[in-house]
Amino acid sequence: MHAPDGFLNAGTAVATGVVSAGTIGMALRQLKQTMSEKVVPVAGITAAFIFAAQMFNFPVAAGTTGHLMGGALAAILLGPHLGALVVTVVVAVQALFFADGGLTALGYNILNMAIVPAYGGYALFGIFKRILPNGRGGIVGATALAAWGSVVLSAAAFSIQWLFGATAPIPFTRVFAAMVGVHVLIGIGEAVISALAVGAVLASRPDLVHGAKGVALGEGTGKVPMRVFVIGGVLVSLAFATIVSQFAVDNPDGLEWVAETEGFAEQGAEHAWSDFLFADYATRGIENETLSLAIAGIVGTLITLLVAWGILRAFRERSPGATA
Amino acid sequence: MGAGHAHALYVHEHSPIHAASPEAKVAAVLLFVLSVAITPPLQAWAFGVYAVLLASALVVGRIPLRFFLLRLVGILPFILLALMVPFVGSGERIDLGWVSVSREGLWAAWGIIAKATLGAGAAIVLVATTEVPAVLAGLRTLKVPSVLVAIAGFMIRYLELIADEMGRMRQAMTARGHDPRWLWQARPIASASGALFVRAYERGERVHSAMMARGYTGEMPVLEERETPVASWLAVLAGPMVAAVVAVIAVVGS
Amino acid sequence: MTAAIEVRDLRFAYPDGREALRGVDLAVGQGERVALLGPNGAGKTTLALHLNGLLEPASGEVLIGGLALSEETVTDIRRRVGLVFQDPNDQLFMPTVAEDVAFGPANLGLRGEELDAVVADALERVGASELARRPPHHLSGGEKRLAALATTLAMEPEILVLDEPGSGLDPAGRRMLVETLAGLDVTLIVITHDLPFALELCPRSVVMDGGRVVADMPTRELLARPDLLAEHRLELPYGFTLAHD
Repeated sequence: MHAPDGFLNAGTAVATGVVSAGTIGMALRQLKQTMSEKVVPVAGITAAFIFAAQMFNFPVAAGTTGHLMGGALAAILLGPHLGALVVTVVVAVQALFFADGGLTALGYNILNMAIVPAYGGYALFGIFKRILPNGRGGIVGATALAAWGSVVLSAAAFSIQWLFGATAPIPFTRVFAAMVGVHVLIGIGEAVISALAVGAVLASRPDLVHGAKGVALGEGTGKVPMRVFVIGGVLVSLAFATIVSQFAVDNPDGLEWVAETEGFAEQGAEHAWSDFLFADYATRGIENETLSLAIAGIVGTLITLLVAWGILRAFRERSPGATA
Repeated sequence: MGAGHAHALYVHEHSPIHAASPEAKVAAVLLFVLSVAITPPLQAWAFGVYAVLLASALVVGRIPLRFFLLRLVGILPFILLALMVPFVGSGERIDLGWVSVSREGLWAAWGIIAKATLGAGAAIVLVATTEVPAVLAGLRTLKVPSVLVAIAGFMIRYLELIADEMGRMRQAMTARGHDPRWLWQARPIASASGALFVRAYERGERVHSAMMARGYTGEMPVLEERETPVASWLAVLAGPMVAAVVAVIAVVGS
Repeated sequence: MTAAIEVRDLRFAYPDGREALRGVDLAVGQGERVALLGPNGAGKTTLALHLNGLLEPASGEVLIGGLALSEETVTDIRRRVGLVFQDPNDQLFMPTVAEDVAFGPANLGLRGEELDAVVADALERVGASELARRPPHHLSGGEKRLAALATTLAMEPEILVLDEPGSGLDPAGRRMLVETLAGLDVTLIVITHDLPFALELCPRSVVMDGGRVVADMPTRELLARPDLLAEHRLELPYGFTLAHD
């Protein structure tokens, strides 16, 4: 997901850059007001933890491995503001020092890997925490669902940016189906690892789990039977992935490229400047336009609402992520 | 855990690029990368100019080619992804006999690969010729919020320590015969990462105590007040300015 | 002459309810070198954190050079009492050793050449001048100890409190540390499990157990009391006997 330079067009890079910079600026201001100065070393060292966790492979199936993204985990452990900030620093350091992800791609990479998973994941966590029974098990379960959701949201957010900033002739609906479909499965790993990690922290230092503040933890261990949990997750996700891909594959891609080949060359020259800013390959296909915009609109609204709700929730709590 | 070792990023050499001021180098890399990113893939000549500029930086900065190529590995997944684009892309098809590819997709793939390589290459040159503390100082001089730079500094400082702790935990598990192959066997690893988070957090608290003990008030003291002369700014930015001019010509002319 | 450190009936409990200090009384004279001994969990580190105001006592008093520790005096006292932490990695958090050494004096407002001079001097006092430009995570265990000591010395403390300074050092590193510490003109409190180390460096020993001071006597006398040592889980290395002079 660490997209390189020029993977989305300039307009999308600038637009996402403005959104990311604004959100991070807001989180910084908020943290300065409510947090002790302890936040800087703690944030830096937990950022190192997230970075290391992203390098730490866990088994997926038959010896293949995956790794953690950690946005939702960071938000649940540290609170959404600090969580988003910490993952932002991770993504920026990866780009600058490790050439992992482009410097001009930081706008969308930070949005997709830090802001959407942290705030969106935290919003989902809040919702599931209310639905699930109170206590340790509820926190662990809500973490799993939120972590899964955060990965799917992140993939969907990228697809929507593709709608506006595509640099290759792959229509939005295909990218959406592929990205979301794959991440519905990848999310299971994220869910399992995040939930178990939060469970382990709850067992030794429950005061360090921001998301568990004010929750009576009780005596339960919060253990979920692993095999049941994983297999259940796979089945639900497969069903979800099938629906998403059906939705996207049903529409005739073929028609689109026939329509497109007419006058592509002239169009390219004429619209150099508008292309330069927003070359929306996906909406160029006539048949696809309505569907693309409909999916993008619904999903985009959903993501925006969740992220905004996560931000609002974080502001309402006004409790610092670092315990004093 | 190769990526955790920050010293593998720097090439110990003496070159004009090594000696240049870090803020000018960071600004130069940003300008270069920006130029690359906005250039339409169809303007292949522009990418030729960028490649020459980057290659000159490698030569002047005495960065071994092998080192450079190894560091580029990070972009491989996107290169593989880009290689699929001509096959799944829409638009006019070119018949290659055994398979047909999308013309537009070919150009797009070329664009993704060229930009990813040049962009990552520029960042690699920066950290190969500038030590981490200097890059951070450069970012501060360029008005990146000091809190973010401080957090990044702490992160890089403790990265190896935490990666080592993680490696030792894994070793201890392997030593006791833990060889997970399925996700539902991942509990020990996940619990270990929970424990690791607690350790990281507690270390953060101890570091904070150590800072307080030496009079920390919440603001990191700024030690260096260097001024980079205009002439050396210009010297460092010369190459990227060529790139910027090329980019403007390429965008306007496309 | 006022005592360098005076602690009166100091009590402290951690948020989880664990009582770490249950009424500690201690007086240390100017220029004394005192070993603070005792089993794990005796409250030694907790006491050390009180000496420069990193922890706030539940009750009792801490006086440094006759000055009572309070909200108003804490900044001054932090400058006068240097704390060297158990894990040097916690104390070396800046990108280079020189910047780490500069951190304290810079917080006191020093800049420019004056700051550079203080940094160079502190590194020279511990014999680590050549480490200045190195990033801390590439140093050996012994080098880290010296660098951590220099970060504190740069504050020109009157009192130096070291938490387990000898742990993780090889014999040569340990020897160098003893020599460096013995050459400093400060009041010294050394927390340690290492009785020979205490004997080499500190004429006086204070034993803590269960949050209280349980023994306070010349180190040489303490080491000749196997009953007292055993009672507080202290042990001389196998085969170690005191030479009688």
